Amino acid sequence: MEEDKIRAAMLRKSRAARIEQRGRAISFACIALIVLVVVAIFYFVASKGLATFYQNKVNLWDFLSKTSWSPSTTGPHGKPEVGALPMIIGSFGVTFLAAIVATPFAIGAALFMTEIATKWGAKILQPVIDLLVGIPSVVYGFIGLSVVVPAIRNVFGGTGFGILAGTFVLFIMILPTVTSMTVDAIHAVPSYYRSASAALGATRWQTTSRVVLRAAVPGILTGIVFGMARAFGEALAVQMVIGNAAMLPKDLISPASTLTSVLTSGIGNTVMGSLENNALWSLALILLLMSLAFNLVIRWIGKRGALK
Amino acid sequence: MANKNIITSKDVHIYYGDFEAIKGVSIDFPEHEITALIGPSGCGKSTYLRTLDRMNDLVPGARTTGAIKLDGEDIYAPTTDVVQLRKRVGMVFQQPNPFPFSIYDNVVYGLRLAGVRDRATLDAACERSLQQAAIWDEVKDKLHDSALGLSGGQQQRVVMARVLAVQPEVILLDEPTSALDPISSTQIENTLLELRDQYTIIIVTHNMHQASRISDRTAFFLQGDIVEVGPTKQIFMNPQHKETEDYISGRFG
Repeated sequence: MEEDKIRAAMLRKSRAARIEQRGRAISFACIALIVLVVVAIFYFVASKGLATFYQNKVNLWDFLSKTSWSPSTTGPHGKPEVGALPMIIGSFGVTFLAAIVATPFAIGAALFMTEIATKWGAKILQPVIDLLVGIPSVVYGFIGLSVVVPAIRNVFGGTGFGILAGTFVLFIMILPTVTSMTVDAIHAVPSYYRSASAALGATRWQTTSRVVLRAAVPGILTGIVFGMARAFGEALAVQMVIGNAAMLPKDLISPASTLTSVLTSGIGNTVMGSLENNALWSLALILLLMSLAFNLVIRWIGKRGALK
Repeated sequence: MANKNIITSKDVHIYYGDFEAIKGVSIDFPEHEITALIGPSGCGKSTYLRTLDRMNDLVPGARTTGAIKLDGEDIYAPTTDVVQLRKRVGMVFQQPNPFPFSIYDNVVYGLRLAGVRDRATLDAACERSLQQAAIWDEVKDKLHDSALGLSGGQQQRVVMARVLAVQPEVILLDEPTSALDPISSTQIENTLLELRDQYTIIIVTHNMHQASRISDRTAFFLQGDIVEVGPTKQIFMNPQHKETEDYISGRFG
């Protein structure tokens, strides 16, 4: 009788084990929901975006390489023209230019905050940068529209709208992101590298440029790619200053467009299931795939950095 | 005949803010000898060592008074070029701290700082230094692999090679083997004994056996002051002070 009781107690799950199991179930449910949502989004965008090619029989290569975009009207070949190259070039153009301009500023600002004016940097500059990250993109776009565009018009002529204006607005928008990730990357460089370098007779600048920056390269690259991902996906601010002309940009100061700007200005004016609508979904699919690519690049850099 | 003193120090005081870490230390270091600084934790031996290449300058609030001379020149004089000083007085730290670069780039780092660009010169210096640090045979086929892929003992010897490459006159070592296993420690000790003819070596160590094995002279630090300094044999066999005797026989510390 007594033995049976003990046996039963041993076989029964303890309270702690049951709580543990329940906790695991809850966290699994949460993560499953997130995965489900992501998969659903991918499926939805892909099914819509690929419909352009399956249902409307648009050639994929034409879509990526043709330069004329007018999905609502029929072109000379008797088919609507859906060449997305101008938008693809516009998107990559503003993204890369913004990253190229922002990187030296970000590294300079980060070095100032971490190596030169440490106290000042932590007390004043860091909060300022955090604040800049939080400013809504419409504000950046509005400033771009009322300050940057007229300035470009005055200096270079033309309308002032275009890739240059877009680059400038995006540069300001991603600068805080890239700077703060560069600051983190420099902070993560162990101080004993600095001592070792100083003990070998390095000046402060030699230590900074040859050891600290070099050791921080993976982190800085991650910051740059993060900034590029943000620039690539930014819609509103860019739409306000780029001019929204779906033509191949011939220079930096003539109106152009990006994937996001065409999407935001067009998606409300098309009918679900029509070619115009599907073509916009195809643009969205490109955006989604690109953000996936940016993510993979960040992971790859992180892994390479960790190996060293 | 005793060698001439390469470093002399007189009445050195070191303060961290209000705290007096070193209370009037006077000690001279003869050329081409290994001097061991021993003493319990917190006695100031590492702090003192770091004044010899002015690494304490990097510590905020640290202040040094007294006279420390390298070859008769005051290293704390306003005209002293600290960068130049640190090229003449190299330092190996407790934790192996190779840069996250290739072994080659680590070893020639100091030479590149000095502006050496010639590939053949760098190659030769790299091989010579790694051989002096007794690690050439282990790494000669992977000079361009990351130094972080080496074991702790190998890293510490690459770090020594990095210091040797700039051909300093004095090498300071701050507990260089305390993070290493016994075999790696022995290898480092043997390397130091071989380097003695060309360099002046000052080593801080917690390990009294290490001090007795490798050093010519030993200085015993206690609470920011030197209790006793002399030939290692004398310190270990016939200490003049009771505190020294108590410490080396393990009665406190």
